[in-house]
Amino acid sequence: MDIKVNVREAPGDCYVVDLSGEIDVYTSPKVKDAIGELIDRGVYHLVINLEKVRYIDSTGLGVLIGGLKRVREHGGSVNLVCTNPQIKKIFDITGLVKIFGIFESEDSAMKALV
Amino acid sequence: MNQAVERIAPELVELRIPARAEWVGLARLAAATVANRIQFSIEEIEDVKLAVTEACTAAIQHEGHGEFILLTCEALADSLRVRVRDNGRPSVRIERDPMDFDEARIAGLGIFLIRTLMDEVSYDVHPQHGTELLMVKRLGAQAV
Repeated sequence: MDIKVNVREAPGDCYVVDLSGEIDVYTSPKVKDAIGELIDRGVYHLVINLEKVRYIDSTGLGVLIGGLKRVREHGGSVNLVCTNPQIKKIFDITGLVKIFGIFESEDSAMKALV
Repeated sequence: MNQAVERIAPELVELRIPARAEWVGLARLAAATVANRIQFSIEEIEDVKLAVTEACTAAIQHEGHGEFILLTCEALADSLRVRVRDNGRPSVRIERDPMDFDEARIAGLGIFLIRTLMDEVSYDVHPQHGTELLMVKRLGAQAV
């Protein structure tokens, strides 16, 4: 069980965080660190790509919510790319679909960043 | 091997893990394996995995957590009964509305998810022996 995190710069003064694997209480600190480092550097527009995430729990959701909260303090935004129905379901039942922009593709998530 | 007979016979699987984050994945894999034995759908197995993960995480993250977590999965003909027991000091685990942003409420998301994904949820708190969470998932009953 592991999580792979890849951060890359994208056009338009934003960054994409690619996540791959499982996000839970053991692996979420790594995700939190990666997102936190970007925000510390002044990056406030993020796309977090969850297409290769097989599993996410409440600690993972907490990390994403924490990141969103921080960038919003600077007028930023976080959009998610999510195609896994099980993960989408978790965002649905927790109501987090109303907080995050959730998109089927990275391209649409990038275009929707404000 | 007769699969019909296998489904009817109750089966009990116990797993004791250290109360540390790196072992939670093993607990959810064990629960998923038992859930698969009684022919839950993939979606139902994912629900069980998440509920077990949240229960173990709650046992690890609260103040005064214990040294171990005991996971008991009982495969019955029509349901899965899962017990997650820890030996830490009892804690108040509060269900929270996930729409709120503060840290305490994020912590309450786990209990919210357990209650949403499982068909029955109850606690048994022992002042000296920790907390036991009982969760039941019935075959074919969609909790969500």
